[in-house]
Amino acid sequence: MVRRLFTGRDTELIPQGRMSGPMPWVIAIMVAMTAIALAAGLALGNAVSSAKAEIEGGVTVQIIEPRADIRQKEAESAVAAIKTMPGVAGLRLVPQAELDALIEPWLGTGIANATGSAIPVPSLIDVRLKGPATPAALSAIEQRLKPVAPSARVDAQSNWLKPVFNAMVSLQVLAIAIVALLALALTAAVLLAARTALGTNRDTIEIVHLLGGTDAQVARVFQRSIGYDAAGGGAVGLALALVVILVLARRFAGLGAGLVNNGALTWGDWLLLALVPVLSTLLAMVTARLTVLHALRKML
Amino acid sequence: MTADGEIIHFDNVGLRYGTDREVLSDLTFTLFPSRFYFLTGASGAGKTSLLRLLYLAQRPSRGAIRMFGTDAITMPRSRLPQLRRRIGVVFQDFRLIQHLSAFDNVALPLRVAGHREEDLAAPVRDILDWVGLADRLDAKPATLSGGEQQRVAIARAVIARPAMLVADEPTGNVDPDMALKLMRLFEMLNRQGTTVVVATHDLDLLRKVPDSLIMRLDRGRLSDPTGALRYPPRKPA
Repeated sequence: MVRRLFTGRDTELIPQGRMSGPMPWVIAIMVAMTAIALAAGLALGNAVSSAKAEIEGGVTVQIIEPRADIRQKEAESAVAAIKTMPGVAGLRLVPQAELDALIEPWLGTGIANATGSAIPVPSLIDVRLKGPATPAALSAIEQRLKPVAPSARVDAQSNWLKPVFNAMVSLQVLAIAIVALLALALTAAVLLAARTALGTNRDTIEIVHLLGGTDAQVARVFQRSIGYDAAGGGAVGLALALVVILVLARRFAGLGAGLVNNGALTWGDWLLLALVPVLSTLLAMVTARLTVLHALRKML
Repeated sequence: MTADGEIIHFDNVGLRYGTDREVLSDLTFTLFPSRFYFLTGASGAGKTSLLRLLYLAQRPSRGAIRMFGTDAITMPRSRLPQLRRRIGVVFQDFRLIQHLSAFDNVALPLRVAGHREEDLAAPVRDILDWVGLADRLDAKPATLSGGEQQRVAIARAVIARPAMLVADEPTGNVDPDMALKLMRLFEMLNRQGTTVVVATHDLDLLRKVPDSLIMRLDRGRLSDPTGALRYPPRKPA
């Protein structure tokens, strides 16, 4: 049967050594790089979306009054005022102990005892809005606080993280561009391999043609041959990439930073990574087929 | 085949490679079914070029060719395989696929034509037995002698029962005994209805197939497409 011409090991038209020659290893490297770039892109995407969702409705109110007793009073008034506002999902007055802990790594403990006066650390109120912290929402809070806490300063949490998000999105775009470039490079490599194989096996191809073989039959032989190489190389590449991704994941997890931890890959992401060698194999096979068909059209 | 029985018709065919002078000029002839043709001529006369036109490895530079009732010049490329499957070819240099066994080389035309795998073994074994190679089924071409390779090539050319067999100097690489044996094989095929075209410059060979018709090429021109120069020469009526 025609199919056997292209599937039976003993009757392969083109002599093939599985995983021999440079092609499987080129594909392995490309799949590994693609998977790593994709994993980076996905992790960055997860981190950005997760952090955005977390702080989208976040507002920080600072009471910057230097006198502690007035500051305390303004903070309590501000909490009471914000609580009555519509659109507020929740709020928390950050306890003094937490604020002291925040500055402790820089200033140490016992400053008040040593200098006779405590450093005036602003009171912080962490507010959660039901919707995003738009300029209008911020303005409404500011207006509401003006009479009861004149030293209050209102900031959307997303504002000061915006440059970080922008940088992360840029990195994500870069990762996607790298994936696209690697796909192009893979296509080019397969194209060259198919052309070389065509040249090497030109005599066999001519014989098959003269025996009544069709272009599609010949193309299928090359497609299958490169498909095997791509599948083998892809599996090796994915294994390499998984090792790198897991090692990097462990290193980043060690940082203990919230933004990084939010970038953990989901099951869907792992599935996408597993699809990289599959898609690479398909891309290689389609490229090989089209290249061979194009070249054969020039033969009689 | 057309209504009047011709299988091949060349009309004023010429062939040139690149911008060189024509290697074949003004060829007009007809081949009929179940006939045995010899194509003779000195080296360089254009025998191989004419055979390449016959087995559709080459398109002419000018003229018209009809094959099995189809215009072989204007037909789309996609239909060439169907036409080629009706033509068996024995190449001068055998052109066996070196990494395939004798069995797989011979089975190739059937596989290409879409025969089922379970239907291959019997005819391939039969034909290899017919050419005396029943015990060399698994041998690779490199391990076969020149004569054995020639017979594998012939088996491959005839396995699909082609309407026409084209052989380029099929006895060029074999001893006289083997040459005679091969001619007997071709005659047997011819008796079964296959049109045979054998290119040779060995005039002794012509004697061995008395009913054959002779076409003689001289510097690219066909001097006797009618069979008048058959060997031994036809006596005037």
